[in-house]
Amino acid sequence: MKTLVWVEHDNQSVKDATLSTVTAAAKLGEVHLLVAGKGVSAVAEAAAQIAGVGKVHVADDAAYEHFLAENVAPLVVQLMDSHDAVLFPATTTGKNVAPRVAAALDVMQLSDILSVEGPDTFTRPIYAGNAIATVQTSDKKLVITVRGTAFDKAAATGGSGTVEAVAAAGDKGLSAFVGAEIAASERPELTSAKVIVSGGRALGSQEQFHALIDPLADKLGAAVGASRAAVDAGYAPNDYQVGQTGKIVAPMVYVAVGISGAIQHLAGMKDSKTIVAINKDEDAPIFQVADIGLVGDLFTLVPELTEKL
Amino acid sequence: MKVLVPVKRVLDYNVKPRVKADGTGVDLANVKMSMNPFDEIAIEEAVRLKEKGAATEIVVVTIGVAKAETDVLLTARAMGADRGILIQTDDEIEPLAVAKLLAKVAEEEQPGLIILGKQAIDDDSNQTGQMLAALLGWAQGTFASKVEIAGDRVHVTREIDGGLETVDLKLPAIVTTDLRLNEPRYATLPNIMKAKTKPVAKKTVADYGVDVTPRLKTLKVVEPAKRQAGIKVGSVDELVEKLKGMGVA
Ligand SMILES: Cc1cc2nc3c(=O)[nH]c(=O)nc-3n(C[C@H](O)[C@H](O)[C@H](O)COP(=O)(O)OP(=O)(O)OC[C@H]3O[C@@H](n4cnc5c(N)ncnc54)[C@H](O)[C@@H]3O)c2cc1C
Ligand SMILES: Cc1cc2nc3c(=O)[nH]c(=O)nc-3n(C[C@H](O)[C@H](O)[C@H](O)COP(=O)(O)OP(=O)(O)OC[C@H]3O[C@@H](n4cnc5c(N)ncnc54)[C@H](O)[C@@H]3O)c2cc1C
Repeated sequence: MKTLVWVEHDNQSVKDATLSTVTAAAKLGEVHLLVAGKGVSAVAEAAAQIAGVGKVHVADDAAYEHFLAENVAPLVVQLMDSHDAVLFPATTTGKNVAPRVAAALDVMQLSDILSVEGPDTFTRPIYAGNAIATVQTSDKKLVITVRGTAFDKAAATGGSGTVEAVAAAGDKGLSAFVGAEIAASERPELTSAKVIVSGGRALGSQEQFHALIDPLADKLGAAVGASRAAVDAGYAPNDYQVGQTGKIVAPMVYVAVGISGAIQHLAGMKDSKTIVAINKDEDAPIFQVADIGLVGDLFTLVPELTEKL
Repeated sequence: MKVLVPVKRVLDYNVKPRVKADGTGVDLANVKMSMNPFDEIAIEEAVRLKEKGAATEIVVVTIGVAKAETDVLLTARAMGADRGILIQTDDEIEPLAVAKLLAKVAEEEQPGLIILGKQAIDDDSNQTGQMLAALLGWAQGTFASKVEIAGDRVHVTREIDGGLETVDLKLPAIVTTDLRLNEPRYATLPNIMKAKTKPVAKKTVADYGVDVTPRLKTLKVVEPAKRQAGIKVGSVDELVEKLKGMGVA
């Protein structure tokens, strides 16, 4: 089988989510890549180094700079004439573009796969990960999004792909990029961090969230996450949300501070290697999944912990 | 401008899903079913557009069992939708087929905007809106946290991995809702009573001539591996020891 992997990037560098998607694709067959963007020759060069990849198709055009689905999907559809499967990382870009490709190909997409069981059979989570379904497709072409935490990362170097330009499909005139607010952060990215410190509603305010969570995260070299309640209350930005409807993470260590452990939150972090929970309620559901629990008031425990690390 | 809002009846989000012992799926017998929470946000947004004068009529449509009429279409009308369409079926309909049915409804109704949830909390597919946009050849503003109509365009602020992004889309367009778009109002009892007089058109899948044969076959559904609860430590010092033991401190 000939597969095409969507390379996740910011027009400058390849994002880690690409590497786990390559691993999933390699289980199906030959791996080719698609780099669509503007001024992406460095990205294409880097992508060609990923272990095990064949051709790297590059579509360099202003119409692709912001990965607008209306422009990018037709490009992918065009490349599916010569590929049997396309795999996207389940990032917000992948989730936005993949179904548009699937519908155009008249294919039922397989969302957020956890494993490849065979050429047409996959597992995927449903009901916020409370159930795992094994599904088999009868479609001739496959359109898949891949859960990054479920697959090992392919090596970023050691490969020798060949870069090949593809003709751009142009701007469809349906949509335009206006602007973005991307918070620059020195911290690791949530979805690839080894350690995450997440704060919940109990933090009480934006000021306290930053005053308590940030120094602890700094000590641990951790990314910062949050529960939906903390995000809704404005203590933390939207893209910090971990959970069923936010980001799915699986770090080595996940520290949940003042988070009760609702199923929607657990859906996003229960595959973490070690879960540490700090909560004043010893019956909080988070303790049912925590490897290490500490019962008490976070306003005294967290500063003490930061101090002693 | 007419706004179309597709809504789905799902297992209530407060109910813990239980996998059936025979591995065929999740047990939905005698459990509370409600409107998908993202669809409540979609209706709220449509109602606000109408209150601002940007929308003239709100039509809700659901594809599902007969009970969807009382479980979701009534709530939707009580929140402010003007009329409903029930496309009745007892089969499980996949997102691609849902999108094909909705495309037919859109052809009939000619809405200027279709607002869907970004994902249904049962199957978590996150596909239907994008598929519908592809079938109609419309622009899509997914994972919306802000929607502003400006003449024949709509500005949509989207929740993306690194933060927020704003796109400018040509109408008619598709919007899918994220959690921070708005806080949906409750369907009050008096409004539920009044909603009963708002019309619902009853249709079947056959009325639309769409092939809804599933492409995916669910071979089995199992519970994920359970995590065991670990230990509780008695002090910060003990926790520091443990963290050091793991090499993270
Ligand atoms: C459609 C839908 C999607 C959702 N998606 C998500 C999602 O993706 N991610 C997500 O996180 N949630 C999600 N939720 C929300 C989820 O159901 C919970 O409401 C939310 O996770 C609760 O956040 P929390 O744990 O911070 O707050 P709470 O549940 O209020 O918990 C606060 C905790 O802090 C503890 N506490 C209070 N004071 C202190 C103190 N001084 N010291 C120590 N501990 C203290 C309390 O004991 C409590 O356990 C979703 C809900 C819906 C309906
Ligand atoms: C355990 C399990 C097994 C299943 N097995 C099968 C199977 O073997 N074959 C099969 O065909 N199906 C099966 N299904 C059902 C089917 O996959 C889902 O109902 C379908 O995939 C819808 O996905 P979604 O709601 O997650 O779509 P999403 O794309 O997540 O939905 C997004 C939005 O689309 C709109 N929408 C979605 N559905 C509807 C609707 N019915 N009416 C109106 N608006 C809607 C809503 O606005 C919603 O917020 C199964 C489901 C489960 C849970």
